[in-house]
Amino acid sequence: MSTLEIDRARKLYGELEVLKEVSISIGTGDFLVLLGPSGCGKSTLLNMIAGLEEISGGEIRIAGKVVNDLSPKDRDIAMVFQSYALYPTMTVRQNIEFGMKIRRVSQAERDKAVKTAADLLQMTHLLDRKPSQLSGGQRQRVAMGRAIVRQPKLFLFDEPLSNLDAKLRVDMRTEIKRLHARLGTTIVYVTHDQIEAMTLATRVAVMKDGVVQHLDDPQSVYDRPANVYVAKFVGSPSMNIIPARLEVEDGRPVAAIDIPGAATARLSGISLSSQAAAKYAGRSILVGIRPELFSVAGEQASQALTVNIDVVEPTGPDTLALFQAGGVEVTARVPPRAVAARTSATLAVDTGKIVLFDADNEQRID
Amino acid sequence: MASNAASLASNSTPLATKAASFRRQHRIGRAVIYGSLFFMAAFYLMPLWVMITTSVKHLDEIYAGSFIGLPQQISFDAWRTAWSEACNGTACKGLKPYFINSLLLTIPAVIMSTGIGAINGYVITKWRFPGSNVIFGLLLFGCFLPFQAVILPMAQTLGILGLAGSLPGLVLVHTVYGIAFTTLFFRNYFVSIPDELVRAAKIDGAGFIRIFVSIMLPAALPIIVVSCIWQFTQIWNDYLFGASFTAGENAPITVALNNIVNVSMGRKEYNVDMAAAMIAALPTLFVYVVAGRYFVRGLTAGAVKG
Amino acid sequence: MSRSTPLSNRIENWLPRLVLAPSLLVVLVAVYLFICWTGWISLSSSMIVPKYDFVGLNQYVRLWSTPRWHTAVFNLFVFSTLFLALTTGLGLLMAILLDQKIRVEGTLRAIFLYPMALSFIVTGTAWKWILNPALGVQKVVNDLGWTSFVFDWIAQPTFAIYCVVIAAVWQSTGFAMAIFLAGLRGIDNSVIKAAQIEGASLPLIYRTIVVPMLRPAFLSVIVLLSYIAIKSFDLILALTNTGPGSATEMPSTFMYSATFRRDQMGVGAASAMMMLMTVAAIIVPYLYSELKESRDGQ
Repeated sequence: MSTLEIDRARKLYGELEVLKEVSISIGTGDFLVLLGPSGCGKSTLLNMIAGLEEISGGEIRIAGKVVNDLSPKDRDIAMVFQSYALYPTMTVRQNIEFGMKIRRVSQAERDKAVKTAADLLQMTHLLDRKPSQLSGGQRQRVAMGRAIVRQPKLFLFDEPLSNLDAKLRVDMRTEIKRLHARLGTTIVYVTHDQIEAMTLATRVAVMKDGVVQHLDDPQSVYDRPANVYVAKFVGSPSMNIIPARLEVEDGRPVAAIDIPGAATARLSGISLSSQAAAKYAGRSILVGIRPELFSVAGEQASQALTVNIDVVEPTGPDTLALFQAGGVEVTARVPPRAVAARTSATLAVDTGKIVLFDADNEQRID
Repeated sequence: MASNAASLASNSTPLATKAASFRRQHRIGRAVIYGSLFFMAAFYLMPLWVMITTSVKHLDEIYAGSFIGLPQQISFDAWRTAWSEACNGTACKGLKPYFINSLLLTIPAVIMSTGIGAINGYVITKWRFPGSNVIFGLLLFGCFLPFQAVILPMAQTLGILGLAGSLPGLVLVHTVYGIAFTTLFFRNYFVSIPDELVRAAKIDGAGFIRIFVSIMLPAALPIIVVSCIWQFTQIWNDYLFGASFTAGENAPITVALNNIVNVSMGRKEYNVDMAAAMIAALPTLFVYVVAGRYFVRGLTAGAVKG
Repeated sequence: MSRSTPLSNRIENWLPRLVLAPSLLVVLVAVYLFICWTGWISLSSSMIVPKYDFVGLNQYVRLWSTPRWHTAVFNLFVFSTLFLALTTGLGLLMAILLDQKIRVEGTLRAIFLYPMALSFIVTGTAWKWILNPALGVQKVVNDLGWTSFVFDWIAQPTFAIYCVVIAAVWQSTGFAMAIFLAGLRGIDNSVIKAAQIEGASLPLIYRTIVVPMLRPAFLSVIVLLSYIAIKSFDLILALTNTGPGSATEMPSTFMYSATFRRDQMGVGAASAMMMLMTVAAIIVPYLYSELKESRDGQ
């Protein structure tokens, strides 16, 4: 079984604490994505799992075994790097074999392992080439092949797709997903690309400043982000965060949003506990609305905002409509040609799915 | 339309002249550029030309005043004399024994300083530890050390070690003061090799030595050549250390050459002087012709960032 | 975290330091300790052999009251100024000319650079011959019909130092050219194209845009050439042997002859320390800025 438990792991560079008691635990076959901007500590954490960086505090366990003081080669892991890190003077075959040679695996077994990996990644014809003769996608494959032949308990991926062009990135993403489905090995994958996180992960850990902000499955992270930071980081265009006032009418919460040049919009049907409703009644809050929760409605619709559209940006399948509400710019995703710029429109909101945040600490209110 | 075309046509005359004068100016400019370059090239080749032609002329012809012209008769007597008979003040054995001395001291010193530089550069770039940058800074100053500042203590130390005046002593000195430059070469080269390569190798189970031998060294071939050429040129051409730390029989070729040229007995044999200078210059010139590209890289690496 | 790490891991952790240690030790001894040692000798009354007594700055006082040393310092000043100006200027000119898409660029570059591969002793020997008034350039010009032409600088105490400049410039220009050329190749072409579209002439573009962008190359060239100038030793020995008289004495030759020929080890050490301080004053700030920049760049 190859579980991974990160238990209050810390990383200090002198006085500087780059990871603050991070705890994450995943089960066998999980695909964990560490998601965050550069400098959030995600790569440091990956390197600590790999044994390339020392662990300053806490424990990391792979398959139940504490690995803090094991060298990388004894952790039973394999890693794919952003720059692929192929040994430039070795052929593809030698690159894949290198680790096995060091572990003194017999020639026959090495050949077999290379063949299996090459077949799996469809690169048999590349085996005798040097890395400099390969395209970006091919190098990526070789790097994965090198990882696969180890048959590790844990695969580590460090931004493996960020050096590829957009088209290839999508293809390789699918390839990685397929590989995970076929091999079933536990994977830890670092990226700053939220789409990769959404498409690949079974578990996403959104990180910022060395702290895990939200750890959950991707859909939950998307739907119910733990705080404003996660809400804005995941999803594109990102979630609208609109300053509003929480009022309670007939015991039910209502979010009041000021619309410039129009009546204040009052949204009800929000899912909120009665304690929270009581606590925040009459106070400023932040309302989180995903762009796709808007829809074009008739003027009389309830749970709607009547607004002046400033700009429309067609994307093909749908159109982004930008308008002002609550003092911020809001984006709505509507069908093509549904609204026009510099006209008034009434947009209904699927209020059951909107999320509320505390205006001060920006945490989600349930 | 017609009037338009007419106005265009009337405009096109000055345009055409402009273009023509532009082309003419361009041609003149090119001629000036090529002219100056070839003139400078002639100036830079002149000493070599003079050395070669003088070395194959008869002494009488030289004294008759043919300095720049082609030799009337080519003779390699002067080369033979320079190689095996010329006197340097103490003996008359030509340059040959000193040429061999220079080979015997240059080859081990080049190999040792390059090897040490390679491993230093590897540690400084790929196994950084607190203080490794300071160590690099300390080493780096060695590249710019005026050797006069260490000659006296070095002479004393060689005496204590029992290496005074010997070739092994000179090999030691060249190796020690070569480390700074070779470390700089390898450091600047290895810095451009991604650290991820080392990480990948660590995960593959390779250790400090294995990574160096199997991954870094094979990738470092160009800079090994640069380092060897640079060190070869430096050590072969050195005069100060050779003159300070060796005596008589053990002198390197530069010291012997200077002695031969400065011996003043009877009629000065300029052709022998030039032949001797050519003999001393040939090994480094040969390396330069064969591997000039790497030589230039060594030169420009002196600009620290490389 | 205090945990017992496996022994093999600990060795692995210390191996890099162990490997670097001998080099560090050697450099600490052969560079820094030896500098201090020389400094110590310069404060002693050493003559033929080192004596480790203390006479304060006496040797420095003696040094600065030696006319020969004054000549050496003055010569170094004249030589460095001319050598730096000519080498930098010529090197830059060559680099700019070579950067004009010249057809035989490789060959020309090789011709300009080959003197760098030669020993200064060889260079000195060759130029001594060329500058020889009886048989060299002067004779050639005289034979061509201009009988009153005189070019006997090498025999003139006031002019001999310019002969050293000529030979040194000949040897080192290629080096300056190589660095400038590398700098020129690093400049983004679109800057030049943009200026051309605005109607600027090529010389104007070079003067106002390209040359200022070569600032780092200038810094490298000037610093490295200064270093070559200060330590130049073999060239003078081979070309003029500090003559006529002591007209081409330089600090490096002064140090050598004081120490090994005139049995004034203390004065020699003092002059070596003066050289070292001059070099350090130029090199240390340069190295500091270069290293700082490359650290910031990462």
